[in-house]
Amino acid sequence: MLAHIERLGERTLYFVRDLGRMGIFLVLAIRGIFRRPFRLGAVVRQTRLIGANSFAVIFFTAAFTGMVLGLQGYYTLRKFGAEGALGSAVALSLLRELGPVLTALMVIGRAGSAMCAEIGIMRNSEQIDALECMAVDPFRYLIAPKFLATIISIPILTLIFSVVGIFGGYVAGVLLLGVNAGSYFSGMELSVVNKDISMGIIKSFVFAVLVVWICTARGYFVHEIRGAGFGAEGVSRATTQAVVLSSISVLVWDYLLTAILL
Amino acid sequence: MSSPIIKFESVSKSFGRQMVLDEVDFTILDGRTTVIAGASGQGKSVTLKLILGLLKPDSGRVLVMGKDIARMRGRELNELRMNFGVLFQGSALLDSLTVFANVALPLEERTNLGDDEIRSKVLTTLEQLGLAGHDDKYPAQLSGGMKKRVGLARALMLQPEIMLFDEPTTGLDPEKAMEIYQLFLETQQKFGYTSVIVSHDIPKIYNLADQVIIMGNGKAKNFASPEDIQRSDDPEIREFVRITMGNIYLSRDLENHYEKSKP
Repeated sequence: MLAHIERLGERTLYFVRDLGRMGIFLVLAIRGIFRRPFRLGAVVRQTRLIGANSFAVIFFTAAFTGMVLGLQGYYTLRKFGAEGALGSAVALSLLRELGPVLTALMVIGRAGSAMCAEIGIMRNSEQIDALECMAVDPFRYLIAPKFLATIISIPILTLIFSVVGIFGGYVAGVLLLGVNAGSYFSGMELSVVNKDISMGIIKSFVFAVLVVWICTARGYFVHEIRGAGFGAEGVSRATTQAVVLSSISVLVWDYLLTAILL
Repeated sequence: MSSPIIKFESVSKSFGRQMVLDEVDFTILDGRTTVIAGASGQGKSVTLKLILGLLKPDSGRVLVMGKDIARMRGRELNELRMNFGVLFQGSALLDSLTVFANVALPLEERTNLGDDEIRSKVLTTLEQLGLAGHDDKYPAQLSGGMKKRVGLARALMLQPEIMLFDEPTTGLDPEKAMEIYQLFLETQQKFGYTSVIVSHDIPKIYNLADQVIIMGNGKAKNFASPEDIQRSDDPEIREFVRITMGNIYLSRDLENHYEKSKP
């Protein structure tokens, strides 16, 4: 019995300490962005890795998501004789919800896991200690460029996602199922307002911070993971945690933001 | 008598329920070579990390150049760390950067030197350490011994006053290990740094030492010379000597003694 209580206490302490670590990490990372000398070259390289290299994944995910929306939307709306509203339905779902959420999830899978593993391995092979010993702030040198690159990349990828998705819906709805092309776009023009677009952009900024924060911090604290220790197992557990935690956070924050912004 | 440069005052450190250091006291003198020895898991690397301020003691003080490093932060800590050069066990080279970029990193980040000046300094140091022509390789393309040399080059770039070596010869064959010792002697003569060597490569490393600290069961024991260790009456030390040195190591005193007693 006592052992159970002890274990519960240990877990609680670990959880609280972890939360504290994550909070301090975020503050130091944001401070790192504003510290000189700036590493513009590293930001550009990271933007290419996180953003530009995710383009193909985002393009295909968006195209097929849009096509599915077109297909499902068409058959649902036809029951009410409202095929004309297909354009609005596709555009609103993409701009407000699916664009930001799916983009963030795809970036987590493609770049977030990679960032976490990279930093975890750097921690394990003492590369981060080496930076600190050379009096180089690892937050400025290593973490800040990833933060900036992700915060630049995810909103742009989200917009690309929504545009490609809308054309995916066009392909399925208009070209394959014969909805009137004019009504597809004019319905969209009437129902989509600036607020919908800004909602998507705000969400994508918040998701970007969540994704890069959780993924880099899990890698950075790989040596603190309970029971895993250093080494390959630690990195694999950190990466799994990073992907799971950031995906869940994105979905939870999506709900919260929708509730606030609507 | 040289002055103390690093001082441990009743330092304790534990991880979870494991007590790694238990009220440890010792002093490292300026300009000397100190070897920290002991079986693995006895807190040698933790001691090194405490000196660097990468870990904080649970109690007690670690004084580096008279200042409590655990209480320092930000710019003050960075300035103190500029006096350190560290050769890590696994060399800890940034594997996304070339040899040149790794060695140039401290100069680029911590000084205002121009590109040309950095380039010539880095290339000169690489040449001195026998790494000419390898500057555009990545760490993954180098052998263990070469990585150590690049690590040493990087550590020496800011001309540190204190060099810390974490297991400098672990994982190297005897020939490469000798090469590292040779480099150590050459660079120490040239730069005159205080060195702290953490190692379990006992017999060879003792020849370099002015002072030996043996860690075990959370305690640190100080010895002025390798001979003192062998003459110690402490049963733990005797056991350590028996396991690690056996008959391989004979200090000069004892060698002379045996020579004389031969028929």
